[in-house]
Amino acid sequence: MAQHQVNYASAGGLPVALTTADHLINWGRSNSLWPLTYGLACCAIEMMASGASRFDFDRMGVIFRASPRQADVMILAGTLTKKHAEFTRRLYDQMAEPKWVISMGSCANTGGMFNTYAIVQGVDRIVPVDIYLPGCAPRPETLQYAMMMLQKKIRRESANMNKNKKQRFI
Amino acid sequence: MRKYVPKDNVQKKAKYTDRYYVAPRVPRLEVEDELFAKVLENLAKDGVEVQDSFIEIDHLVIQIAPEDNVKTLTSLRDSSCFKTCAELSAVDYLAKDGEFEIFYLLLNHEKAKRVRVETRIKEGEAIESVEKVYRSANFAEREMFDMFGIVANNHSYMKRILMPDDWVGHPLLKTYPLQGDEAASWYEVDKIFGKEYRDVVGPELRDPARIDKYDTQRFARVGHEVPFGADPELVDKTETPIEDGYSKTILADYTKESKQLENRR
Repeated sequence: MAQHQVNYASAGGLPVALTTADHLINWGRSNSLWPLTYGLACCAIEMMASGASRFDFDRMGVIFRASPRQADVMILAGTLTKKHAEFTRRLYDQMAEPKWVISMGSCANTGGMFNTYAIVQGVDRIVPVDIYLPGCAPRPETLQYAMMMLQKKIRRESANMNKNKKQRFI
Repeated sequence: MRKYVPKDNVQKKAKYTDRYYVAPRVPRLEVEDELFAKVLENLAKDGVEVQDSFIEIDHLVIQIAPEDNVKTLTSLRDSSCFKTCAELSAVDYLAKDGEFEIFYLLLNHEKAKRVRVETRIKEGEAIESVEKVYRSANFAEREMFDMFGIVANNHSYMKRILMPDDWVGHPLLKTYPLQGDEAASWYEVDKIFGKEYRDVVGPELRDPARIDKYDTQRFARVGHEVPFGADPELVDKTETPIEDGYSKTILADYTKESKQLENRR
């Protein structure tokens, strides 16, 4: 008859792990980042590729959600026009706290090559950005790296979002 | 085998042509084509007064008075079988002539021929909508209104089409700055946070890359090289001026017989 016996005392590991609440909460948060399915321009194609089978975002716990109410990361993938800026901000406002923003690609970072009247010159004018991802367009691996950097950042932060120094407009 | 070209003289030839492209001027030809002559005949029959007509790169160009636009297009559609209005827009000649040029690009599918109807209006004048003649004019006229501020009378829905409704100014006017006026530069901040947040967000940080004609120290002068750090005042004199406002090196002669041009046609 099969026996399953764990001798805690002799194996040297009691079924107890000591940690802080911050670590535990951030461990949970950082390993299931759910970005919003929200593409603005050609960077969104790379974002879709990141989510598809070849690059496979799912293995990192990153699952795209189609509703801002269920998402906690906003990937701003592409050129943001001034006409669309208010809707981006509305989607950001609809996301529940805690929430993070990745600005993906040159256009989202600085306006990129669109040095014109109709393009927002950097999405940090309207939403607080956590990770700036350079590239035109960034490769899917790069987006995954950005997501890993964001995980790192979350693990470093306090679980109490009010304590984190973040650029807040309102 | 490739044709031999003597290579001892290559250095003398400029490697780069003009950086600032100037569109080649196209000759205006007499209307000789049978079909186009028929088109003009039909127009005369329908009582349209044609101010001028000529052929530019196989397009018949008809210049008319702005009041005649609906009559002209109706005649072209019904009598000459130009069933499609491919494009309709305006060109800003306000600085040069104080006028807008409005053009209608029509297509005859059966004969594969195109006609451009041109008319000129003064600033602040409106033009009659041709939406009833061509359905495709609906969006095109809205775009014309959005980009130039030219109103089309009796249009069913005269509203901006590309820019937001509360946008200030008409971006395709030559007087509109490329990087936007003040209303444009604060548009998203005013809309989302309100005017009082301008100080919090701050002004736009624009890409400083720019072409400075008088810069003799950097790489802004490809094709017009001058010695490093040359006196900017002398730069104009070292440049070869382009006569007549267009470059002769890239002037295509459309009257010449050439296989390449024939293919392009």
